[in-house]
Amino acid sequence: MAKIIGGLTTSHIPAVGNAMAGKLEQDPYWKRFFDGYEPVKQWLDEVKPDLAIIVYNDHGLNFFLDKVPTFALGCADRYQNADEGWGIPASADVPGDAQFSWHLAESLIRQEFDMTTCQEMLVDHGFMVPMNLFWRQYEQWPVKAIPLAVNTVQHPLTSAARCYKLGKALRKAVESYPEDMKVVVIGTGGLSHQLQGERAGIIDVDFDLKCIDKIINEPEWMTGLSNDYIMEKAGTEGIEVIMWMVMRGALADKVDVLHKHYHAPISNTGAGVLLLTDAAAQ
Amino acid sequence: MVWNRHDYDEIPGTYVFDGKRANSGYALNRMAFSFNSEQNRKEFAADMDAYCRKYGLTDEQREAVLNGEFLKLLHLGCNVYYLAKIAVFHGLNVQDAGAAFQGITADEFRQKLLDQSAGFQSRLETEGGFWHG
Repeated sequence: MAKIIGGLTTSHIPAVGNAMAGKLEQDPYWKRFFDGYEPVKQWLDEVKPDLAIIVYNDHGLNFFLDKVPTFALGCADRYQNADEGWGIPASADVPGDAQFSWHLAESLIRQEFDMTTCQEMLVDHGFMVPMNLFWRQYEQWPVKAIPLAVNTVQHPLTSAARCYKLGKALRKAVESYPEDMKVVVIGTGGLSHQLQGERAGIIDVDFDLKCIDKIINEPEWMTGLSNDYIMEKAGTEGIEVIMWMVMRGALADKVDVLHKHYHAPISNTGAGVLLLTDAAAQ
Repeated sequence: MVWNRHDYDEIPGTYVFDGKRANSGYALNRMAFSFNSEQNRKEFAADMDAYCRKYGLTDEQREAVLNGEFLKLLHLGCNVYYLAKIAVFHGLNVQDAGAAFQGITADEFRQKLLDQSAGFQSRLETEGGFWHG
């Protein structure tokens, strides 16, 4: 039986992709940010997950605005990264697992989450920056991955509450797969940032830390937040935090915190990292 | 024929990218999407005006693209991620555009980010349980 062995979160800032490509990890601006990933990388080295489900949003690589699925699931054996138009170097293709993907699609749709299924899916920095943050030290990707894209670009968007429920459905879907597999779910994006308008440049450390605490200890609190409220506090792009709720929903009600990291600013953003597992004592 | 009003319309200095903006900015964003291809970027760079006309931008949108008027592009329905694909032709990134939206320099914009994050490490100590290296 497949099993979720942990939940991770990370920002997916393009500038981080450029910093990794330029090997700037020891640069004073970047050092504290990147060092905060080392304990997670060590844990991943020890537990060796077979597959990562990466919850992210596409920023105009695979999906144009002609068709915008609220939830889309990669159902391929291979995912290609590609040119987004502004120069981030492309990473090696990432292996998928089509059989597992189609199982997830069947289970999720049965549970009333009507996923768009994608047999071809270009994955952008939203997916690749997390892959590189956790696994770039390997010559070849040591895990398979499945992209789960959530629309956070073109409103109306889904909600934190709905993402949390999707996470719960995802757990059921994973646990009903007959093959023994160790799975991690990665919620990406956020935390506070606004890229657009005269209000660009918002970082709200207090709100970010409150979200981190509530996501760990009281995720129901997050499900009560409207998108309007999150955008007002955390900025229009800070809404990406709802994708952390998919990760949280996929874990047990009580979790153990194996790692918690925050740094600001990174580029325009308050950047958070979590490593959570189901609590040993429920 | 009326666009719905939303609470988020009241957030100052903010242009939430919804149906109304997606509709008015469609051709503009479609052109920006084409810049994912290097060949299209070359074609645009060779004759920006002609490329904008090919994609059916309004005169106002075309002028804003050619002049690098980023705030105006938001007003005219450009999505910020697509704006990033246009900004590179002016030698700029999203952070530079963030400064341009409010008429400040990129250094001033970065200082604004630092100011808002100031003291975050002591906040983490108060909160407890955070990694500190």
